[in-house]
Amino acid sequence: MSIETLPRIAARRRRTDQIMRGLVGLGTLIALVPLVLVIYYLLKRGLGAWSADFFTTDPTGNFIGDQGGIKSALLGTIEIVLLASALAIPIGVSVALYLVEFGKRSRFAATVRYFVDVMTGVPSIVFGLFIYVTLVLNGWLGSSFAGWKGAVALGLLMLPVVTRAAEVALVLVPQSLREAALALGVPRYRVVLRVVLPTALPGILTGALLAVARAAGETAPLLFTATIVKDTSFNLNGPMNSLPVQIFNDLQQPSDALVNRAWGAALTLVAMILITSLLARLVAKRSAIR
Amino acid sequence: MNPETENVTEIPESTDSSSSPSPIRSTLGGATQDGATATVAGETPASHAKGITITGLNAWYGSQHSVRDFTLPVARGQVTALIGPSGSGKSTVVRCINRMHEEIPGARAEGSVMLDDVDLYGSSVDVVAVRRAIGMVFQKPNPFPTFSIFDNVAAGIKLAGGKGEGNMRDRVEKSLRGAALWDEVKDRLGEPGIGLSGGQQQRLCIARAIAVEPDVILMDEPCSALDPGATLKIEDLVHELKKDYTIAIVTHNMQQAARVADTTCFMLDGQLVEHAPTEKIFSNPDDSRTEEYVTGKFG
Repeated sequence: MSIETLPRIAARRRRTDQIMRGLVGLGTLIALVPLVLVIYYLLKRGLGAWSADFFTTDPTGNFIGDQGGIKSALLGTIEIVLLASALAIPIGVSVALYLVEFGKRSRFAATVRYFVDVMTGVPSIVFGLFIYVTLVLNGWLGSSFAGWKGAVALGLLMLPVVTRAAEVALVLVPQSLREAALALGVPRYRVVLRVVLPTALPGILTGALLAVARAAGETAPLLFTATIVKDTSFNLNGPMNSLPVQIFNDLQQPSDALVNRAWGAALTLVAMILITSLLARLVAKRSAIR
Repeated sequence: MNPETENVTEIPESTDSSSSPSPIRSTLGGATQDGATATVAGETPASHAKGITITGLNAWYGSQHSVRDFTLPVARGQVTALIGPSGSGKSTVVRCINRMHEEIPGARAEGSVMLDDVDLYGSSVDVVAVRRAIGMVFQKPNPFPTFSIFDNVAAGIKLAGGKGEGNMRDRVEKSLRGAALWDEVKDRLGEPGIGLSGGQQQRLCIARAIAVEPDVILMDEPCSALDPGATLKIEDLVHELKKDYTIAIVTHNMQQAARVADTTCFMLDGQLVEHAPTEKIFSNPDDSRTEEYVTGKFG
C-alpha cells in the first residue's frame, strides 16, 4: 500500500481527541483552583498579621488591647517536632534496617511490614487519644499535659512514614554493593553501617524530612497531649503551646484580631513546612547526581 | 580488629610455600583435615597463593539442583578457567568457593572446599575470614558509589579490619599499580570511583580485591560488561596477577579462556565434563561434548 492510499484521520476521531484533551485540561484547572485560593488567602490574610512583634511576643490572652504574637507556639512546635524526630527517626530507620537487611522474607518481617502499613493509615487523632489515655490521664512523670507526650504522639505518627521511606531507600541499594563488600571479607554489621546506610542516606533523609513536615502540621495529636498555654516553655514535662493548636484556638475566638493571628500563624506553619520540603528536595537532588 | 574473628588460628604454611609467611593474617578457624593433599603444585609457585580443592560439591537453589557432584582442583599460582553454556553452574561453583552462595536466599551447598588444608565448610570456620582469604571480582563493576577512588581501594583494608602494614597510601598505590590503574588515576584519587569508565571501574574492583592480599582471586565473568579494549587490559592483568595469586575465572568467552587460562574446565548441566590443560581442551578434548562446545556446535 503506497502512502497516497493511507486513509486520512477521520474527522470524528480528531473531534473526540480535542474534546478529551479539553476535559482533561479542565479537570486540571478545577483541581488548581482550591490550591491557588488557599495560597492566596494565606498570603493575603497571613502577611497582614506578620510583624516583628508577631514572632517575638507570646500570646497575652487579652481580648482587647495587646493580644501578643506566636513566639511560644513557634518555639513549642519546633521543640515538640525535634523531640518527635529524635524518637521516630532512629527507631524507624532501625526497623527498616531490620526488615531489609536481616528479616527479609521471614514471617516476623512480613508481620511487621503489615503493621507498619496499618499504622500509616491510622488517623492522627487516634494517636493523640492513645497518648491521652496511656500517658496523660495517668500523670506519667508527674505531669498531666506535657510537651514530650505530644512529641510521643507525633513520633508515633511519623514512625510508619519514616520506616516505609527508609525501607524503600534501603531496598534501592543495589545487591551488588552488598556482595562487593561481603566478598572483601567485611563483617555484615559493617557492610550495613559503612556501605549500605551511606548509600541509602539521601533517600532516608528525604523520607524523614517529609515525615517531619507532616508531623509539624498535625493538630489532633497535640490537642489533648501538649494542650495550649500562653507562655514560651522549654520544659518538655509541662504543657506546651504549638502552632496548629494555637490556630485551632484562635479561630474560635470572637475577635477579628485573634482570627488574623491565626492566619499569620497558619502562614508561618506553611512556610516552615515548605522550607522542610525544599530541604528534602535538595537532599534528594544532590543524591540523584551521583 | 573486628570482634567476629577472635578465636583465630594461623593457617599452617604449606610446605612448598617458597618464601615469606603470608602477609595477610589468615583468620580461618582450625578445621584442618589431616592428610588431605590440597595443593597441586603450580609451575610458578606464588609467594602467598594457595590452592583450592573442590570435592563432591553439590549446590541447590531451592529445589533446583544446579551443581552435581563437582570435583576440581584449582592449582596454586595458576589460572583455572570455567567454561560452559549459560546455566551450566559455573558461577555457582565459584560462589561456593568463597561461600558467597550463602547470600542468595534459598541457596545451599554440600561437599568439601579446601583452601590448602583448611576445610572452608568446617563448622568452626568464620565466613568473613573465608572471604578475606578469597577475593572476588564480579560480572558488573561494583565500586562503592559513595567512596572516592582512594577509599574504594582502602575500603577492603579498612572495612575488613585487616591490620595495615605500612601506610595506607602505599598500600593503595601498590594495589592500583597491581591492577594496572595507577597511572590513569594517580592525579584524581579523591574523585568518586563511580566516575571512571567501565573498564577502569573493573580494574578498580580488582585493585580493591588485591588490596586485602587474598590467597585466591575468583573472577565471575569479569569482562562480560566491557568492550574489547578494556577486556584485553583485564586479560593482561590476569597474566600479571597469577604471579602472586591463584585465580579461578568464569568466562563465556572461549577465546578468553584460551588466552588466559593454564587449565580449563568445561561444565554442562551442573556437572564437570572435562578438566585439562587449556591447549588440550581447545585442540583435542577427550569428551565429544567438549569438542562440540569449543567448536561452536552449541552453547
